[in-house]
Amino acid sequence: MSIAKDAKDLAKGMLQGLMGKAVAMAPDSWIPGGEPDPLIRVRHGHVGKPVSRIDGPLKVAGAAPFAAEFPMEGMVYAALVYSTIAKGRILAINVAQAEAAPGVRAVMTYRNAPRIARPPVFMSDQKAAGGDDLPVMQEDFVRWNGEPVAVVLADTQEQADHATTLVAVSYELETPMTDFASAKDAGTRTAVFMGQALHQEIGDAEKALAAAAFRVDSHYSTPRHSHNAIELHAVTAAWIGGVLRLHDASQLVAHTAWSLGQMFGIPEDKVVVTSPFVGGGFGGKCLWQHQVLASMAAKLVGRPVRMVLSREGVYRIVGGRALTEQRVALAADAEGKLKAVVHTGTTAKTASNMMAEPFIVATRSMYESETFKLDVQVVELDMLANTFMRAPGEAVGTFALECAMDELAEALDIDPVELRIRNEPEMDPTSGLPFSSRNVVEAWRTGAERFGWSRRSAVPGTVRDGEWLVGMGCATGTYPYYRMPGGAARITLNAEGRASIDIAAHEMGMGTATAQTQVAAERLGLPMGAVSFHYGDSTLPGVVLAGGSQQTASIGASVIAAHRALVKELLAMAGNDSPLAGLKPDEVASRDGGLCRIDDPARHETYVSILSRAGKGSISAEGEAPMPLETQHWSMHSHAAMFCEARVNSVTGEVRIARFLGSFDCGRILNPKTAASQLRGGIIMGLGLALMEETQFDERNGRIVNASLSEYHVPVHMDVPDIDLIWTDIADPHTPMGARGIGEIGITGTAAAVANAVYNATGKRIRDLPITLDKLL
Amino acid sequence: MRPFRYSRAVDVADAVRLAGSPGARYLGGGTNLVDLMRETIEQPDALVDVTAMPGEIEETPEGGLLIGAAVRNTALAEHPAVRTRYPVLSRAIVAGASAQIRNMATLGGNLLQRTRCAYFYDNHGSRCNKRQPGQGCDALEGFHRNHAILGASAACIAVHPSDMAVALAALDAVVHLQGRNGSVRSLPVTDLHRLPGERPDVDTLLEPGELITAIELPPLPATLRSTYRKVRDRSSYAFALVSVAAVLDIADGEIRDVRIALGGVAHKPWRATRAESVLRGGSGTAAAFAAAADAELAEARPLPGNAFKIELARRTIVAVLRELAGDSA
Ligand SMILES: Cc1cc2nc3c(=O)[nH]c(=O)nc-3n(C[C@H](O)[C@H](O)[C@H](O)COP(=O)(O)OP(=O)(O)OC[C@H]3O[C@@H](n4cnc5c(N)ncnc54)[C@H](O)[C@@H]3O)c2cc1C
Repeated sequence: MSIAKDAKDLAKGMLQGLMGKAVAMAPDSWIPGGEPDPLIRVRHGHVGKPVSRIDGPLKVAGAAPFAAEFPMEGMVYAALVYSTIAKGRILAINVAQAEAAPGVRAVMTYRNAPRIARPPVFMSDQKAAGGDDLPVMQEDFVRWNGEPVAVVLADTQEQADHATTLVAVSYELETPMTDFASAKDAGTRTAVFMGQALHQEIGDAEKALAAAAFRVDSHYSTPRHSHNAIELHAVTAAWIGGVLRLHDASQLVAHTAWSLGQMFGIPEDKVVVTSPFVGGGFGGKCLWQHQVLASMAAKLVGRPVRMVLSREGVYRIVGGRALTEQRVALAADAEGKLKAVVHTGTTAKTASNMMAEPFIVATRSMYESETFKLDVQVVELDMLANTFMRAPGEAVGTFALECAMDELAEALDIDPVELRIRNEPEMDPTSGLPFSSRNVVEAWRTGAERFGWSRRSAVPGTVRDGEWLVGMGCATGTYPYYRMPGGAARITLNAEGRASIDIAAHEMGMGTATAQTQVAAERLGLPMGAVSFHYGDSTLPGVVLAGGSQQTASIGASVIAAHRALVKELLAMAGNDSPLAGLKPDEVASRDGGLCRIDDPARHETYVSILSRAGKGSISAEGEAPMPLETQHWSMHSHAAMFCEARVNSVTGEVRIARFLGSFDCGRILNPKTAASQLRGGIIMGLGLALMEETQFDERNGRIVNASLSEYHVPVHMDVPDIDLIWTDIADPHTPMGARGIGEIGITGTAAAVANAVYNATGKRIRDLPITLDKLL
Repeated sequence: MRPFRYSRAVDVADAVRLAGSPGARYLGGGTNLVDLMRETIEQPDALVDVTAMPGEIEETPEGGLLIGAAVRNTALAEHPAVRTRYPVLSRAIVAGASAQIRNMATLGGNLLQRTRCAYFYDNHGSRCNKRQPGQGCDALEGFHRNHAILGASAACIAVHPSDMAVALAALDAVVHLQGRNGSVRSLPVTDLHRLPGERPDVDTLLEPGELITAIELPPLPATLRSTYRKVRDRSSYAFALVSVAAVLDIADGEIRDVRIALGGVAHKPWRATRAESVLRGGSGTAAAFAAAADAELAEARPLPGNAFKIELARRTIVAVLRELAGDSA
């Protein structure tokens, strides 16, 4: 799907003209001793420019097709009936009345649904996409409150919705485990995340804690959260000549195609998943039951099926963030040097998924300490499988850790910014690896200066503006650099000198297509308008997850590999009659719409000339990104110094955020405009985490009670203050483009900065999120 | 949603005639009723759209206002006479919902909107005596942070969600009604809604098919000050945890008249008559305001999840009265 073609920015990009910078080929790995990506040195090209989204005009015009907007011949509409118990057997489903309702084509239940295999659960295989591994409408058994038990298929959405109300289900209830406290009493287990036990001890932290001159030891808790992307989960599915065709809203098209192939017992190339536009993902737009049910239903009725979840439907079948109970204990000497860091606690998952909210991950690399004790325990509940949500682990883990740092700063009578700087590690404190690039101190200093931190009163509850108590707080945010195996891309150059990049990546609204067009143009020595970026299609190369903030690096590394392959083929094609004759790939660079010798740019031939002399219409090369060995050699993390000014009403306890500043050290910024939106969006979501988000999960029966945006609160415009953003823009020499992902870091540290500001305003420590006014009365 | 018939009434007589069958319901802006129909909590077989009924905002001979039931919330809040003479009403309306919803919502529909108790809304998955009498109440031992502290029963602890109705209660507004048989009557707005008792399924004292035709605001002396304060979980677009509408006439430190109504605390807009009688004729001091709030809240019966509302209501009442008293206190 090319969006550049349709965008008005195209013309603008053309006018920007040729760059006249020679960009040598990047190494295809960044292991020690290797060369950094030469793009890092290019300072006045496309990269780093605040280019507006190339898909902006399309979206503003309403012309960008989302998953629910692909019309298909003979399509029927689906609506779901959800279970109302958490565990038990379906005794009877009466569908006769629904089947007889106007427009209804069929009602699918476990009795007539096509037989398929269980979903491959995410992290069980490189391409596994499933939120859980439970059978999808195959049995008369219900495993969570809200599980789909019937799908109504009708000629219109309204007819389908109406007919769902005519389906009557009766159950034989079994006793579910839906109560966190009871589950804990029955015993916890050490959590495992990405194959590793979430447990680490260095020295004897409890002993160091007991012996220390200064210590804090507190418990924190965070509630469940539900995914609330603006775009409802939606899919249009059809079987066309043995191929399953899905228009999805997805952050993992290749994974989804493979996983559905496994479930339906067909090769993955018989499943085509496209997802050109996604209205927000945040970890929630993966493979849940709706895509599977729509595919099954399409098979059952022999027609294309569109399934758009209602907002309630998203709460019922798309997992969210699990709750956590955390203990953080810190010990320090009189200078504030940490002697012990204890971060332990418990979270909940299901028996059918592999995701334990890893709230200790940020603590592993934040501060120097002599001893560590890190541990996550987990219980399994009968509930909708929990899942990834923006900065899983870090978002809630930094709340506990960074509130504890604030408590320690007060106990020590040391400024909280200063305390953090004093504990800045030389190397990763738990892995012992060197940092690839770490400039937290700079972020702290510039942030504090710009925010006016020195004006903060160290004594809580002393600044008042009428009814309002005013306070400032700060916290560190952090998110790692990831790059997952599986990246691959194809570059095609045509006879007019235009390039297209093909990769099965995703645009969920964050500006991927824009930033990656900038990068590719730079790398190829082309104007932006001559590059089109094709993505969101499982038939394109690569297995690229838009998650873990790793997509930018994964695409970057893949395009680098494809570029190397392309240059090799171009040189072969150029032959002996070219100014490039005799040059090796490592001796040439892309420049001015062609290739040149690095140290003699006059030896240059354009792509157009090479192709036309060879009589070729186009040339295409594919490359695979190398294994992400860089993460084995370095500790790779972005950081943020977060500053918050909060106002708390002394009469009502209402909290309002007056100002917020994020000072980031997150590698090179590829596009300040789209980056700022990502960082700001993360902070806004962090404000919601701090002040209002909470899934009300009724522990008596596992029912989500506030399954609507009117009862589940996210920040409204008036809750969002001016958010000031600055960044170091220091390139990481060990990543493609010097960049690290920025999609998630904004939400980290934010809740702690808010809680610490609330404390500074009122003298009240709220350790239980969200910070609602009743806790401050 | 179930299939239904739709018709549009041209005037009051037409409306009550069209709504003659037992399964018929009046349709205002539809911002509440249509949601409830989608959830199949309401299942009317006929809707009578009353938004085309004539009826604007008119001066009454006594110096008050007569407001047609179909007047939109936005139009009412922005009306110059309302803004200048009844600021409590303007403020209460704009404190509710969103601009889009207020543009649709009507005066009659706003008054008769139903509770936002999440168990009431969860038609298939939860028990609710208001939805289905005798079924039981899942809120009692479930999530009830938003629920009633005053006047609740063992059967129901839901609250009435309207902000506007709280202001109308403080203004001693009168509801004009017309019955199916053409009979006309009027009720003080404070008598329109009822407490849940054993019949939480019945929200109001309206007869079946009875139509709200207008609301009358009595005149307010120019010396009266009024305001509305709403306390909620975010800056906008959230229902009240507690709200206070108050009207105060104070001179030389002495309270000549006071009317207080509370929102978010009961099954109906809660007129704080006990607090008023403590204050009337007394002095407008902070201590008196606190004593009045305490007198009103002495009857509060909280549950574990909503006990904070007592303190919140107390503080908000005092703050609102102090604000209205201003320098006169
Ligand atoms: C997300 C959301 C947030 C909201 N937040 C708030 C808030 O913060 N504060 C607040 O106060 N409200 C809030 N509301 C509720 C909103 O104010 C009501 O939905 C609205 O006022 C209802 O008016 P309507 O005309 O649309 O009523 P309708 O939905 O049309 O009707 C409601 C009821 O009134 C009956 N009815 C209508 N007109 C008459 C009449 N003339 N005579 C007799 N019966 C009649 C109908 O039959 C129906 O039973 C919110 C609503 C939503 C959806």
